[in-house]
Amino acid sequence: MIEIRHLTKVFSGTSEHHALHDVSLTIQDGEIFGIIGASGAGKSTLVRCINLLERPTSGRIIIDGVDVTGFKGRQLHEFRSSIGMIFQDFSLFQQRSVLGNVTFPLELRHDKREHRQARARELLELVGLTDKEKSFPSQLSGGQQQRVAIARALANHPKIMLCDEATSALDTRTAASILGLLKNINKDLGVTMIVITHSLSVAEKVCDKIAVIDEGKIVEQGLTAEVFANPQSPITRELLKNDKLSSVLNGADLDEAAGELSGGGA
Amino acid sequence: MEVIQAFIDQYALLLTRGIWDTIVMTGVSTFFAYVLGIPIGVALVLTSPVGLHPHRIFHEILGWIVNMGRSIPFIILLVLLLPLSRLLVGTAMGVSGAIVPLTIAAAPFVGRLVEQSLSEVKGGLVEAAQSFGASTLQIVLKVFLKEGLPSLVRGVSITFITLFGYVAIAGALTGAGGLGDIAIRYGFQRFQGDVMIVAVAICIVLVQIAQSIGDSLARRIDKRK
Repeated sequence: MIEIRHLTKVFSGTSEHHALHDVSLTIQDGEIFGIIGASGAGKSTLVRCINLLERPTSGRIIIDGVDVTGFKGRQLHEFRSSIGMIFQDFSLFQQRSVLGNVTFPLELRHDKREHRQARARELLELVGLTDKEKSFPSQLSGGQQQRVAIARALANHPKIMLCDEATSALDTRTAASILGLLKNINKDLGVTMIVITHSLSVAEKVCDKIAVIDEGKIVEQGLTAEVFANPQSPITRELLKNDKLSSVLNGADLDEAAGELSGGGA
Repeated sequence: MEVIQAFIDQYALLLTRGIWDTIVMTGVSTFFAYVLGIPIGVALVLTSPVGLHPHRIFHEILGWIVNMGRSIPFIILLVLLLPLSRLLVGTAMGVSGAIVPLTIAAAPFVGRLVEQSLSEVKGGLVEAAQSFGASTLQIVLKVFLKEGLPSLVRGVSITFITLFGYVAIAGALTGAGGLGDIAIRYGFQRFQGDVMIVAVAICIVLVQIAQSIGDSLARRIDKRK
């Protein structure tokens, strides 16, 4: 269980900017939890606070009953390695082969070479890229790159996976297949997923629950279907209205719309 | 034909020795300049305001030292470092005596080149490595140096060629030898223009070769398209 308690993040610079303001959320094990908001709403900052890539200004992150907020050094590295993360731009190492990318998290832990490679091959099979292990990222399509990134994120058997706009740089069909893959991983491996997206159709397709964030505050949260059917906050209604998703809600092809929406960038 | 044969008979040994001395001085000082320069470049990148461990004062002081090192004309540095050479390698003369000032002169320059190469590594990759629990040392070794390698290799050929020019000055001034020394001694001091021209021509060829090797190596190891 992930408990986020009264999280506040202030970026101090020329002018103070409240990126997050008293955010509290509870995410149960095995859930796919969506964090929805327009760009600049603070959703990326929120998810980066969970694995402490961003240090909260105040508030607590509690994972399985352990307060991780103050973790430093070795403890912090070990904690982070128990959480997988994928990114909008894939962030694959360009000078490493596909296999080398997937073994990276295991190299950090000094796992034996044979063990690393066996685990990586297992994961490449899971994401359907067995024949690409010797390729380099520049030789792969966007969808293939994101599959490699997913395999890499799973290398350490994480219980939690953070997905930061994972399908936003992909076309329709590819985005849908990546979402399908994430959903399968959640179902088969029981990995808790936190999915950040600006696209309501992505949220609708994969998320069990969603939280809508605006100007650093959670304005609404609940089961995805309920929020969509009966949005309480004006922000959510606005997002729903503006979203091209309306056609999807009316029964058009979900996969197509998911890609169309996520093709629009962050 | 005969003239050429006579020239070869007379100067082949001298020029071969010159080529060897030049390559040794340039190569060895390039190596040691990187031994000093890589930590400098890494420290500059890590402590920069957007780095992993921002430290304004350290960053500025190191930057200031680097700039100072780069602004001292090499010929002055060479004289200033004579005692240090004697201390470190036992002599300030000859090939080994030249290596100390050459290394010290190039280190700050290499530091900047390394800083530049590592800055080109995308922040997203550093963040990805962090998200998998990488320590700073692991990020330096497995992300910065690995991802920046093609650019670092290009930097090595730039450094080698820059030091190649310095070697001529060091050679002439401290009697360290090398092609520059030969060109100056024979060309300017003995008015043997032919020896000077041949020595300079060999320099040009060596620089071209160094550049080509650097370029093709960088291309071959770069896995981006």
